[in-house]
Amino acid sequence: MRRLPDGSRIARAAPVAFTWEGRPMQGLAGDTLASALLANGVRVVGRSFKYHRPRGIFGAWAEEPNAILDLSWQDRAGIARHDPNARATMVELLPGMAARGVNGWPSVERDVYGLIDLAHRFLPAGFYYKTFMAPDWHRYEPGIRRMAGLGRLHDSADPLRYETRHAHCDVLVVGGGPAGIAAARAAAASGLRVMLVDDRAAWGGSLLWQGGTIDDRPATEWVADSIAGLAEATLLPRTTVFGWYDHNALGLLERRTAAAAGWAEDRLWHVRARQVVLATGAIERPLVFPDNDRPGVMSAAAVLQYLREYAVLAGERVLVATNNDTAYDTVLALCAAGAAVTVADARTDPGPAARRAAEAGARIRAGSVVAGVGGRRGIRWAEVAPLASLSTRERLPADLVAVSGGWSPAVHLFSQSGGKLRWDEAEAAFLPATPRPGQHLAGALAGAASLAACLAGGHRAGLAAARALDRHVDLAPPRAPDTPAPAPIQALWHLPLRGTRQWIDFQNDVTVKDVALAAAENYASVEHLKRYTTLGMATDQGKTSNVNGLAALAAFTGREIPQVGTTTFRPPFVPVSLGAMAGLRHSALHTPIRHLPAHAEHLADGAEMREYGVWLRPACYPRAGETVAQAIQREAAAVRTQAGLFDGSSLGKIEVHGPDAAAFLNLIYYNEVATLKPGRIRYCLLLRETGTVLDDGVVARIAPDRYLLSPSSSHTGAVLAMLELWHQTEYPSLRVAFHDVTAAWATLAVSGPRSRDILRRLHTGIDLSDAALAHMSLAHGTIEDLPGRIARVSFTGERSYEISVPAGYGAALWQHLLTLGRDDGITPYGIESLSVLRAEKGYILIGTDSDGMTLPDDLGMSGPLRAKKVDFVGKRSLLTPDATRPDRRQFVGLLPADPGFVPAVGTHAVVQEGGARRSIGWITTSAHSPALGRSIALGMIERGRALADAGAEVELFHLGQASRAVVTAPCFHDPAGEKLHG
Amino acid sequence: MLLIPCPWCGPRSEPEFQFGGEPATRPVPAAEVSDAAWGAYLYVRSNEKGPHRELWCHAGGCGQWFLMERDTVTHAVLRTHKPGAAA
Amino acid sequence: MRYSFLQLLKQGLSGQTGWPPAWRSPEPKRSYDAVIVGGGGHGLAAAYYLARVHGMRRVAVLERGWLGGGNTGRNTTIVRSNYFFPESARIYDFALRLYEGLSKELNFNIMLSQRGVLNLAHSEHDMELMARSVNAMLVNGIAVELLDAKQVRAEVPLLNFGPGARYPIHGGFVQRRGGIARHDAVAWGYARGADSLGVDIIQNCEVTGFRIEGGRVQGIETSRGAIAAGAVGLSVAGHSGVLAGLAGFRLPIQSYALQAMVSEPLKPMLNTVVMSPATGMYVSQSDKGELVFGGGLDLYPSYAQRGNLPVEQTVVAGLLEMFPAFRRLKLLRQWAGIVDVCWDYSPIIGPAPVDGMYLNCGWGTGGFKAIPAGGWLMAHLLATGRHHDISAPFDLSRFTTGRLIDEAAGAAIAH
Repeated sequence: MRRLPDGSRIARAAPVAFTWEGRPMQGLAGDTLASALLANGVRVVGRSFKYHRPRGIFGAWAEEPNAILDLSWQDRAGIARHDPNARATMVELLPGMAARGVNGWPSVERDVYGLIDLAHRFLPAGFYYKTFMAPDWHRYEPGIRRMAGLGRLHDSADPLRYETRHAHCDVLVVGGGPAGIAAARAAAASGLRVMLVDDRAAWGGSLLWQGGTIDDRPATEWVADSIAGLAEATLLPRTTVFGWYDHNALGLLERRTAAAAGWAEDRLWHVRARQVVLATGAIERPLVFPDNDRPGVMSAAAVLQYLREYAVLAGERVLVATNNDTAYDTVLALCAAGAAVTVADARTDPGPAARRAAEAGARIRAGSVVAGVGGRRGIRWAEVAPLASLSTRERLPADLVAVSGGWSPAVHLFSQSGGKLRWDEAEAAFLPATPRPGQHLAGALAGAASLAACLAGGHRAGLAAARALDRHVDLAPPRAPDTPAPAPIQALWHLPLRGTRQWIDFQNDVTVKDVALAAAENYASVEHLKRYTTLGMATDQGKTSNVNGLAALAAFTGREIPQVGTTTFRPPFVPVSLGAMAGLRHSALHTPIRHLPAHAEHLADGAEMREYGVWLRPACYPRAGETVAQAIQREAAAVRTQAGLFDGSSLGKIEVHGPDAAAFLNLIYYNEVATLKPGRIRYCLLLRETGTVLDDGVVARIAPDRYLLSPSSSHTGAVLAMLELWHQTEYPSLRVAFHDVTAAWATLAVSGPRSRDILRRLHTGIDLSDAALAHMSLAHGTIEDLPGRIARVSFTGERSYEISVPAGYGAALWQHLLTLGRDDGITPYGIESLSVLRAEKGYILIGTDSDGMTLPDDLGMSGPLRAKKVDFVGKRSLLTPDATRPDRRQFVGLLPADPGFVPAVGTHAVVQEGGARRSIGWITTSAHSPALGRSIALGMIERGRALADAGAEVELFHLGQASRAVVTAPCFHDPAGEKLHG
Repeated sequence: MLLIPCPWCGPRSEPEFQFGGEPATRPVPAAEVSDAAWGAYLYVRSNEKGPHRELWCHAGGCGQWFLMERDTVTHAVLRTHKPGAAA
Repeated sequence: MRYSFLQLLKQGLSGQTGWPPAWRSPEPKRSYDAVIVGGGGHGLAAAYYLARVHGMRRVAVLERGWLGGGNTGRNTTIVRSNYFFPESARIYDFALRLYEGLSKELNFNIMLSQRGVLNLAHSEHDMELMARSVNAMLVNGIAVELLDAKQVRAEVPLLNFGPGARYPIHGGFVQRRGGIARHDAVAWGYARGADSLGVDIIQNCEVTGFRIEGGRVQGIETSRGAIAAGAVGLSVAGHSGVLAGLAGFRLPIQSYALQAMVSEPLKPMLNTVVMSPATGMYVSQSDKGELVFGGGLDLYPSYAQRGNLPVEQTVVAGLLEMFPAFRRLKLLRQWAGIVDVCWDYSPIIGPAPVDGMYLNCGWGTGGFKAIPAGGWLMAHLLATGRHHDISAPFDLSRFTTGRLIDEAAGAAIAH
């Protein structure tokens, strides 16, 4: 293996230093890691998954099964990069890259685990299903896990940013070879928006190494001119279309070598295309023969690519084994490069291509196959035998065996799109049966065998795509000289040689014998074969092994290949980095969090911010030296004795307008809202149609035709969606409209016995007298010259005023109220402090005290069901046997027997039944109550109200610890509600 | 990723939409509905394999609910229309 | 032939050519005492237990495609019984106990790896809900441990404990008996076991109709002819509604696609199953080294066994939020199964509205972990015509009485 002194486009003046297994090496700019390794004479690049057999580079692109390497480098921004499973054939070589093998110890070249191969006869497909059962799988699993896996994860943070793009186009052309370029030219000539995508860095596909003449010029010139002519099109080189999803949505992975500093190369595209041209080409199949997995057995097309693109001669004494004409391009190129070439052609009459090869100096063995190779870490010899007499072998010295077993069209995307395949006996390949709607097929994918056919098919596909969008194009098709039809392929699967090991899946070590075993054990479905033997499940996803495996299964089960069928082609076509899949959706952007209007003021006041629903809100405001628990007690006590200030801006605000607003809301809400007088407020529940409580909140009637709903902070979206759904689908004739104004208003609550005194210092036209503004009423007016409103509702049990002003003034109002209330001891309080206050009052918190099974009666609210005549949402569900059974869990208070012990939320109440514990419910809220000077709790307990009436004591259970508590009514503080009004 | 023709806005991509289930006719009045009929209304659906009627909301767009007939095997959208429009 | 290490050695000396078929491929007979529709894990297990526990031999399993090809072969292989309600705990722990002895019972290594299932809590509220669940499980007799953040970090150091974590980890709980098993092996093991007891497993046999006379099922029309049956069990996750339609009734079930995906294989780095309720993500590392992970359902009903890209990206984003170091790993393969989803995410097991016909469906996203129990309980129904105590709460009638078993509602446990 060596780099030739001339030929190819490779940039000889630009050496690139890299290392392999720590050894310094040199490649050239434009190399792939694989071509650079070959140029440096590296044969063994990996070890197989199961037997740890030495493996060399087989292919030149996405199909590569063996060259999976651990790759580290520094990018231009100086960021350390790592890919634990890099496919060397697709890596563009960069200076300083450090590559290592992944599946060998101490190295893939000298791997002690290679000894496993000696025991191969005892390790057939699926051997692990038949043993390791005694005494226990767990004994064996750790060792087996250590043996498995390829690369090793680097546990360092990945600082890169990944990007996602969305795009639309009229015609997406997948594949930048002759067919794809011809299609893009034709479609673009119609003025349509065209995207042309190819996974290589350079345009031209197979023209890059096949060459040829198009429109009487060298093909490369035609490619350059055509691409230049596509100035209006979106051109995406280095981009793999990895998945076809519903309605012509395609997923693309772009590898950007010019990514900005800090940004990952990998960029994900969602492209919605009106028409798609697939020109995805074909993948060469290996030949299956004994020891065909040795380093030095390569795809003939790959050998040609390395030679033509990178000037790398992969061997000096080459046996080319083929069953079709395409390998003769490789033969001619090798001869021209000075290699000694022998051809084993399985066909007894190989035809004109072979004659030309003979003229070029190759020795042709017609009707012959390669029957074996020798040399452990590289090929030293190969045996050729007549296909008709495999035991008659001739051993030839060789350092490279280039194989072509025919071609498998890259039908992956076509199949993902729902396309059906047909087995073409003449081509010995699965071909697309018919294109899906909006889809056009061209090139080798569609069975085109010559450059002329690829160009013609591509041109036709481009015209057809344009025509489907009502565009007509007058453009001459590109032409290539007619070539004589190739001699037909002769299907050649594995060789009938007993006692040999012939590989089908290189990475996963699946041999012909394994397929035979699966067939004998009746794992005869193609999916069973795949799962039992792991054929096609390696990181190459069977790109080279699929059809050879099907052929072997067909042979062993006495069926034809089309009867065997194929496994399903799943996305992605090539592995896609997870970072690119997630894009920018990580850290803060994973799920954006909402801030209150006075966010900065809360931080300045020392708030401990926590996330509640999607809102970041103050839990409490600890002072210097104070713990969170101490702060909560202080804040709660301040509200009970003086006054507190709370930011309730996240509370939902939905305005409901219209002449039928009252009638509509009465059909939706559990409680009666139609009788509510303007200016008055009512606490209401909202049910699901299944009867369970969706949300609670206050409903204010602003005017006869106007309501203001206050859903809880995290349910506002769901409530609005519910209102719209019921209005649009069930009651469309009612004249009502909804508007979510949550973000438009800041709402601050002043609560406590001194709250009114503080509000009286506010410049407002609103009458704050109890006669004018009683508990559960609201008034509109100006507040410090701003339009606003004041509502008297309380979640603390104290006299409370909720003041709403336009959101932009929320921060100013917060500071203003703190100033106005300073002499009355106004204290900012957070959610956790509020939760203690509301627990003392026995007010429920939806989602904390209730759950997805809670019915209104469970919360002690049965009145509306009896009183309300209309069929409100969820009504009928409150009458089912389950809703009316007597042993439901009910909302109660609990007083722990030890007043100094606060039972944890989540503690269960249990009874002993038949020698076992049974849960009768759980604690949903608990606290030390500053008002009572003792612990209190709320919970949902089976037959809880009866237990409370009886003053019963229950046993509590938390993580194995027992305690006791007395069941009570849920309200512990001011049960008469005098403080609310007084 | 579906391309959904919103009856108000035209074709838009799936992430803009919210699925609302198969429409069911609500039996009323509550007092006259049997447990079985109510349970069927709440929980039982045709769950067609093939053309399937369903409610969707263009939540990230106009906010309107509409009816869509969609093939649950191929995911082809057969038609969409506004609620109340001829089915 | 009994599978063993010695047998493997012996066969190795003769080229591994002496293994008998794991199961036969018989032609269907004209009549059976019991026919189970659906050759997935549940159906094969029912056939196995019918034969082994109830001594029935004239039993057939009809499979439209290849056995184990539905959700049995498409899931993320997690087994656990960390459920909130006593009814759920009983059925899933029954399954887990059967799983624990299954490799030996079936003489087929299902590779049950009880490496622990760790559920994360991302806030104090999550921790409170988790305590409620953990206590419920302890009362139900399911051993679980509540962990604080430090303990979680010791268990899974790769988790996101960084300052930028969108969902900081406050703690979690672990069921040590939970873990993963080799999904295909469960189907194959039951198939081989049932076949050896005389059960006919008939693949490539599609049910096209039922013969029902006087409200009682008499037989089944199939693509391979009519088959008379004394009793019929339906275990066809994903297609339960379609089969019910052929039998003339409807079910409280919707069919959704559930995606799963795997990364390229890596050396061992994750030793427990991790589930995050905040992102809906769950992940484990297979013995082969691949990360196997999934998340929520696709957003609308589907019978197409493929996923859509937005949900796939959401799942990946959830995974990476928990494990930032996985960002540079690569997605190797993505697929989907069709799951039956009931309103309450609990299964339906019991008599169908047609006499002689029994249902085992509606497992939602959790069918794999329940296979031994689903099979056992279905066998009990087919053999006796009556509910087993464990299956009674999961009767179809709960959708009339309203007595649902809604785990998510009760305990906020991600399914």
